[in-house]
Amino acid sequence: MAIKGNSFLNRTAHLAGYVLIPVLLLAGWQFLSSFGVIRPMILPSPAQVAEVFWQLVESGELAKHVGSSALRVVEGFALAAAGGLALGVGAGIFRGFGRLVELPIQLIKPIPPIAWIPLAILWFGIGEGAKVYIIFIGAFFPILINTIDGIRQTDVRFVELARILEVPRWRFIRQVILPGALPQIMTGLRIGLNIAWMCVVAAELIAASSGIGFLIMDARLLSQTDIVLAGMITMGFLGKVTDDLLQKLETRLVTWRNAFSGH
Amino acid sequence: MSESIIDHPAGSLVIQGLSKTFQQKSGPVTALADIDLTIAPGQFISIVGGSGCGKSTLLRIIAGFETDYAGQVTLGGKPIRKPGLDRGMVFQEHRLLPWLTVEQNIAFGLNGLPADEVRRRVEEHLELVGLESFAKAYPAQLSGGMSQRVAIARALANRPDILLLDEPLGALDALTKIQMQNELLRIWQAEKTTMVLVTHDIDEALFLGDQVVVMSSRPGTIKRIVPVPLCRPRDRSSPDFMELRREIYGEFFSARSPETDFSI
Repeated sequence: MAIKGNSFLNRTAHLAGYVLIPVLLLAGWQFLSSFGVIRPMILPSPAQVAEVFWQLVESGELAKHVGSSALRVVEGFALAAAGGLALGVGAGIFRGFGRLVELPIQLIKPIPPIAWIPLAILWFGIGEGAKVYIIFIGAFFPILINTIDGIRQTDVRFVELARILEVPRWRFIRQVILPGALPQIMTGLRIGLNIAWMCVVAAELIAASSGIGFLIMDARLLSQTDIVLAGMITMGFLGKVTDDLLQKLETRLVTWRNAFSGH
Repeated sequence: MSESIIDHPAGSLVIQGLSKTFQQKSGPVTALADIDLTIAPGQFISIVGGSGCGKSTLLRIIAGFETDYAGQVTLGGKPIRKPGLDRGMVFQEHRLLPWLTVEQNIAFGLNGLPADEVRRRVEEHLELVGLESFAKAYPAQLSGGMSQRVAIARALANRPDILLLDEPLGALDALTKIQMQNELLRIWQAEKTTMVLVTHDIDEALFLGDQVVVMSSRPGTIKRIVPVPLCRPRDRSSPDFMELRREIYGEFFSARSPETDFSI
């Protein structure tokens, strides 16, 4: 059937556009490597990285590292999401409370997660606690700030409407403030998750014996650039897949929005 | 005009000596000056004026959004101090919550009622505005006129004594507007709620109002109150209608001062 074939073509074209740039980059990289323009010590060829990657998969080593990194990210991110949402909703809705926590937030926010490493070790030892804390600190602030901002952007016209309809506070929070802030809260969660993946590498600098960050650092000491690259690519992949999950959740929650998706 | 509030029938809106001044950087600006107006229950009052004549400010004072004014504004003998359920309001933009369905939007203002009563009122008002089949639709799926009908249903669902309409049809296209004017008339006749309509459309004011309050600008004062003794539904092309329109039109455009006829 023509229509079906057409939509199949469309989907194929869509997918092709989606992967075009990565495929071109890979091809160019492989080309330059094959002709010796790029030395393997500086940047191993894609084929070599793929081979190492496959070895890591086969030996089960990659799964082990992915597992421990993912667990840390999930723990740190879950804590950051719970804390950031709770504090953000409180600070966004109650002006007095918001004022109280504003300055401490602004002072602590700019401190990079890596700078927390010494304190994290002192407080939580060199075990999992310190690593989860680093991830938590990294993911917490974008979630918090976006939650507060989202809530503060509640349309004053809806506030007027609620006043004349004598809508009780709780209903106003539930049906006006939170749904209105939801798109921005989701943005905060996605940025937070992204940072959580970045922080896991920093966190695994602390006496780790597993994790993608450990894999990369360990390979670096042994000048195994191909393993470093395999680890980096895995990282990028995990970040993308988990972001996709949050994006799916967002489209499911924010069904009412008719947003611009590009020309 | 020395009659006391007690002389008015219950539920009357009485405005006496109302003045409102806004403090701006350039100094105080008088938005309303010496407004006296009494609206009896069940009446439909149209207020017309150009932009900046303070007609919306007047409505916001009746709604209770503006409380810092001189003079007296009472509804049913009680001074208006804040917004409340005895007054409903329809704004120029529909102000429907985009994440709630039509029925949820109508139920938004129904608080402290048992669930079956809420359902009953939502159904009743959906029917009143003729949108029963759109109960589960989201505002983004509605046209401008339909959205405004939902907003009217929401405002009426609480059974307010008085419905305040702040240029509710101002953003609609000409045909939808006329259709919505008929709709408003039908709703008013069915519900018998007091309605105060602010508009800049003389035809609309005349088509709907028992009286047309003509306001002048800077400061906003009542220039004239024109009774409309025509029976409804009014024929917009009848000689009486045209005559009244000409009269009100004249209040805005005839009094040209000779100086402005010359330009350099």
